[in-house]
Amino acid sequence: MDFKLTPDEEAFRDEVRAFAKENLSPEARKSPGFLANWLKKVREKRWVGFNWPEAYGGGGGGIMEQVILKEEMAKAGAPPLGLCLMGLQWVGPAIIEYGTEEQKQKFLPDILDSKYQWCTGYSEPGFGSDLASLQCKAVRDGDEYVINGQKIWTSIASWSKWMILLTRTDFNTADKHDGITCLLVEMDSPGIEVRPIKNMAGGSLFAEVFFENVRVPVENLLGDEGKGWAVTVSALAHERSGISEVAGLVRQLEKTVELAKHTRHNGRRASEQPSIRRRLAKADTIIEGMRLNGQRFLTKQLKGEPLSSETSINKLHRAFLAIEFGDLALEMLGNASQYLGSEDTSGVDQNLWPNGVLDWPTVVIGGGTPNIQRNIIAERILGLPKD
Amino acid sequence: MVSHHPSVNLALHLTLHESLRFINLLDGIFLTPSEACYYNRQASLRLRAAPRAASCRTTKEVSLVDLSLSPAEAAFQQEFSTWLKANLPESQRAASLQGLSEEEGLKARRDWERTLGAGGWLGVSWPKEYGGRGATAMEQVIYLEELLAAGAPNAVDALGRGLVGPTIIDLGSDEQKQRFLPSLADGTAIGTLALLEDSDLLGPDGIALTGAEEGGGYRLTGAKRFVHDAGVATLFIVPFRAGGDIVFAVVQSSTEGVGSRSHHTMDETKRMGDLTLDNVLVTPDDVLAGAGDGASALARLLDLAAVAVTAEMIGAMDRAREITTQYAKDRIQFGAPIGKYQGVKHPLAEMYVDVETSRSLLYYAAWCVQEKPQDLPLATARAKAYASEAFTRIGIDGVQLHGAIGFTAEYDIQLYLKRSKWALPAFGDAEFHYERVASLGGY
Ligand SMILES: Cc1cc2nc3c(=O)[nH]c(=O)nc-3n(C[C@H](O)[C@H](O)[C@H](O)COP(=O)(O)OP(=O)(O)OC[C@H]3O[C@@H](n4cnc5c(N)ncnc54)[C@H](O)[C@@H]3O)c2cc1C
Repeated sequence: MDFKLTPDEEAFRDEVRAFAKENLSPEARKSPGFLANWLKKVREKRWVGFNWPEAYGGGGGGIMEQVILKEEMAKAGAPPLGLCLMGLQWVGPAIIEYGTEEQKQKFLPDILDSKYQWCTGYSEPGFGSDLASLQCKAVRDGDEYVINGQKIWTSIASWSKWMILLTRTDFNTADKHDGITCLLVEMDSPGIEVRPIKNMAGGSLFAEVFFENVRVPVENLLGDEGKGWAVTVSALAHERSGISEVAGLVRQLEKTVELAKHTRHNGRRASEQPSIRRRLAKADTIIEGMRLNGQRFLTKQLKGEPLSSETSINKLHRAFLAIEFGDLALEMLGNASQYLGSEDTSGVDQNLWPNGVLDWPTVVIGGGTPNIQRNIIAERILGLPKD
Repeated sequence: MVSHHPSVNLALHLTLHESLRFINLLDGIFLTPSEACYYNRQASLRLRAAPRAASCRTTKEVSLVDLSLSPAEAAFQQEFSTWLKANLPESQRAASLQGLSEEEGLKARRDWERTLGAGGWLGVSWPKEYGGRGATAMEQVIYLEELLAAGAPNAVDALGRGLVGPTIIDLGSDEQKQRFLPSLADGTAIGTLALLEDSDLLGPDGIALTGAEEGGGYRLTGAKRFVHDAGVATLFIVPFRAGGDIVFAVVQSSTEGVGSRSHHTMDETKRMGDLTLDNVLVTPDDVLAGAGDGASALARLLDLAAVAVTAEMIGAMDRAREITTQYAKDRIQFGAPIGKYQGVKHPLAEMYVDVETSRSLLYYAAWCVQEKPQDLPLATARAKAYASEAFTRIGIDGVQLHGAIGFTAEYDIQLYLKRSKWALPAFGDAEFHYERVASLGGY
């Protein structure tokens, strides 16, 4: 049952460790050009786009090495390997799978080089969970598509140079998944208006995006016209174990434990309170459960079995933890939790907690809500009838 | 790296702290795929941001473990489940043993035991030289899960043959192994663990029974409580205090001064009772001298027992989930299978999440038994804590989602509810094990 790493994999792990050690020392982190330097170095290593084809600047790596890389980086508390997150997470992979040669040449290296940001125009005011019913309209006119409609909740729309956009080109299909067309749209095209939306935590990361007769050249069609849904659900051979995510959660737990040790709550140290201890222990246990679930997913993938809806399990745990960590911190801090950016009395960076407490919808709602995850498990894994 | 676009410049000109926070936020947005939506495939290449606080401990070393079944394990599972299908008669299923007197129940269990013995499925974890199969801890887990999933009775429950024999194998002398193991292996003896006392406290603190030394052996007077199968067991593993340590003895029901009493239990197939000791002589031959440091041996035994119980729980939980899922597909109300309604399907999805997560935690604990004993206490505590809470919910939801028929003695689902009630306190409840997680984690 134990899987030992091969000597090559062990060597790779050592290499990543040594690299992280060398480049992530406290002094290095403080130096002025640290992030830019870091990005350049990991890029030279071809660790950005680790499993992308080498022809477009990727690393051509395998799943196991990818896990090792992500795990080691997460453990070392490393900055990301690239800043173009959506580009790295799905725009790039979608282009690799569905893009034309020109699109690959044009976009992939820029994503790997963190040249600019991509945003994702999927959700609409009327269609969130029920995304496949989207209505943003695209009409073919000669060598161009003309777009009219609206997107919403588009994260970092105002900072992005490009958008991956889902439109509807056919309104008369029997199945709502047909007739959807995926376009790559330059954000400074005439007719696009971005209106940032302020969220309850005070940030304005997402925005409404309006399209009025926006013209997009046909060469920016990704995949076939009317087959855009496939582009959004394509399954490249990704590592989906979430092992690096777990390393992040472990650190969040450690910070919360630290807070518990330094905070007095109802007259005693929070970490001495049985109810708090139990909640911390439960969070610890769920994180460990996620890690081990992830390893089971990973072994499935390594054996070439398709991985599908199982990942909804960890998504549900993740949603629970997102809310639980914030609320636990809030409870421990008592009235002081209400001061945003208050003086730090605990020795822990206390003023981050109140902000964190309001950030959970990002994780809980943003990636498909818990109810949608439950539907997926019930219908796809347990075979219960659709509602 | 040359950058022309404002967004990258923006990111690069933020302080590291700010840009990490920015990335962190972005990252959170697209965490895991929902297949209904666009997130379907993108969960990969996930980049985590650095910690914001420098004051935390360094992240623990985590090992990658292949938690899928090896070909040998899969073959073992296949062999046993096929055997069970062919050999477990309806009349011997746990469900059919309800309402029997203890004697009738015992007889039925004996019958089942003989069937298992004839098939070579008794004492699977024991070394081959003692008539076992030399199964690994992982295979034992599979064995228990399969037994439970098949609805087999507890003739060979985890606490009897699964732990008593191995304890003797671990701690006993050759002479003791010769003396005790054959009768345990062929089912003529029934072994059990007599660990708890009035305090119902696990561990050395719960052991007040003290041995008075006599001729190299001991005299014992006192009682053990919550002993599984106390009424029918013929051989008890009894830890007691002596000379500042915990000493383990094998006490046989035939010895003078040994008495036992069985109680009716909520889960009728999980009988428990008391062992009473009235000036019972423990000869030096009955002391399991290999224990060395008795407190550590006790701690390990308790962990092994908790792992075994958790394995039983997961077999039962999964079966309860399966039965209830099937019922939700079959039962029609308002013109549709009730499983169409989210009030029904969502709790079923949660059951699946809980079963699979419990299973992952359990597999890792079972793996630790042999491969990483230093991690066993924490791994066991997590598995038993999580499964205890999960099974409690599943037991109740299982019955509730059946409607009134779930309340009948005829339907199997109630057996699993009762089993969940038995399992919660067995070898430490959620409270107990979460507290262990907390203390082992250093907080
Ligand atoms: C921080 C953040 C960033 C985001 N970034 C982006 C982005 O960059 N690009 C983008 O396209 N989108 C983005 N989104 C949008 C996100 O994908 C949607 O919010 C999400 O899919 C839910 O859609 P909705 O908000 O319209 O809620 P709705 O779908 O209206 O859901 C409302 C409630 O009803 C429930 N519900 C809906 N349908 C069902 C059902 N069938 N069964 C049971 N319950 C149901 C939901 O669980 C939810 O609780 C972002 C969202 C957030 C919060």
